[in-house]
Amino acid sequence: MDKKEIPEELNFQKSEQMNLTMIPGKFARAMRTNIIWQFIRFVIINIKMLIVVSKSH
Amino acid sequence: MARVLVLGGGVSGHTAATFAAKWLGTDHEVVVVTPNSNWNWIPSNIWVGVGQMTKDEVVFELDPVYKKAGITYKQAKAVSLNPEGSTQSDKPFVTIEYTGQGRTGETEEVTYDYVINATGPKLNFAATEGLGDANGLGEHTVSVCTAEHAVHANEELEKCIEKMRNGERQKFLVGTGHGMCTCQGAAFEYIFNIEHELKKAGVREMADMKWISNESFLGDFGMGGLHMKVGGYVVSSKLFSESLFAERNVDWVIGAHVNKVESGKVSYELLDGSTGEESFDFAMLIPPFAGVGMKAYAKDGSDITDTVFAPNGFMKVDANYNAGSYENWKASDWPSTYQNPTYKNMFACGIAFAPPHIISKPMSSPNGTPINPTPPRTGMPSGIIGKAVAHSICDLILKGEGTDLHRASMAEMGAACVASAGKGVFTGTAAAMTVYPVVPDFEKYPGTGRDTEYTFGEIGLAGHWIKHILHFMFIHKAKLKPGWTLIPE
Repeated sequence: MDKKEIPEELNFQKSEQMNLTMIPGKFARAMRTNIIWQFIRFVIINIKMLIVVSKSH
Repeated sequence: MARVLVLGGGVSGHTAATFAAKWLGTDHEVVVVTPNSNWNWIPSNIWVGVGQMTKDEVVFELDPVYKKAGITYKQAKAVSLNPEGSTQSDKPFVTIEYTGQGRTGETEEVTYDYVINATGPKLNFAATEGLGDANGLGEHTVSVCTAEHAVHANEELEKCIEKMRNGERQKFLVGTGHGMCTCQGAAFEYIFNIEHELKKAGVREMADMKWISNESFLGDFGMGGLHMKVGGYVVSSKLFSESLFAERNVDWVIGAHVNKVESGKVSYELLDGSTGEESFDFAMLIPPFAGVGMKAYAKDGSDITDTVFAPNGFMKVDANYNAGSYENWKASDWPSTYQNPTYKNMFACGIAFAPPHIISKPMSSPNGTPINPTPPRTGMPSGIIGKAVAHSICDLILKGEGTDLHRASMAEMGAACVASAGKGVFTGTAAAMTVYPVVPDFEKYPGTGRDTEYTFGEIGLAGHWIKHILHFMFIHKAKLKPGWTLIPE
């Protein structure tokens, strides 16, 4: 029988409590360090933070 | 001429002192008493602790900065407070003991018109057997609470990496060293930065990593956790945090009160009353915080420490300290002016003010051991509170006693927090989060206690860039370089 091993899913079996949470897949992980996407997120996060900062002063 | 005396030169005290000096000009005097000769941007100590920054990159000398600002700087620690003066004079004063400037050990009475207590915490390593003693950090664990500690932590980390390269498995234990700790965020950053560095060094497979914390659930962070909008859902920080740990194969023990640290082993009690032990080759355990232990005396010399300070050593301010049980807690219990209720010319900011109660749900083991995080009062709220207190005092001096005080309640302000999960211009990540407000207000926001329009979190390279930029921005601001007032707290 062919074995279908997905590296990012292996940690679910490392402990009972790890088995009960969510682990990001390959795409979600790749996007975390994708320069173009992260530049867009950089702008958005900064705007969100500035709004919170302005509401707090 | 009025004198504003600021005790402490950390984030809150430095912010208060520098703004007070700017607003008061040369007609009045601002005096800072702090035992340290350097200012430390503490959030970057994490990177010193993994060898990604040097100590010199996270500290700078205070003396030239205060000279430039026209602030009188005394390198000393505050020992006692006489808010009514003495039998010889009605002028209130603080007794200080020098720790530098060639006067080490000398004492002096510094009079004031207004005093700001921003002494920060005492790192109470002695609260846990084996974690340390009255002199500080013990021999079994490391710390990233100060730049010096972080340098030592990195030296120990490098030894472990070398052992792993030589084929010896190592176990890393990171978290909180007592049931009443705060600052879980710093430990959270440190364990993920270690994991990131171990991967870079090619030895991650040789490491067993474990988190141990007094939180009743992962992602509590001393704020009772938070809910944020992700992918159309509103999710708990528990799920967010557990996912980060599981993804990195970092196991966790929560609801733990570490009660003993020995060489290579910690003992702990859990919320269910059971006890356990955890071995380690490398451990970084945050100590609990306490007030710095200042005493207070009345005019006749009688001890009034209990009037001025709460039992934990933090200064009483305009909070509701009689809120009672958890069911009765309200956002309005939290202070907004930080003025001492007994002595109106005394204020406290940053970690030095006594919170009315914790933010997280109070928990204790069946044996009666309290195991819950204490409220965080660092970072952005600390700076905002310091500035608000300085503003109030400047108005009192310049406009007169009847003026309204400035308000900065943690139940009405938000906070932006960036928690590093690894450093690198293209490979680094950090969890960028905001909460609004810091202290949940279930009357205003009945669902989650917070406004989910302004409470969010995500992890990625963008967060790392923000954290790294903030490092330079806040050091620029603290050095009072051009445009420093434009950088928000």
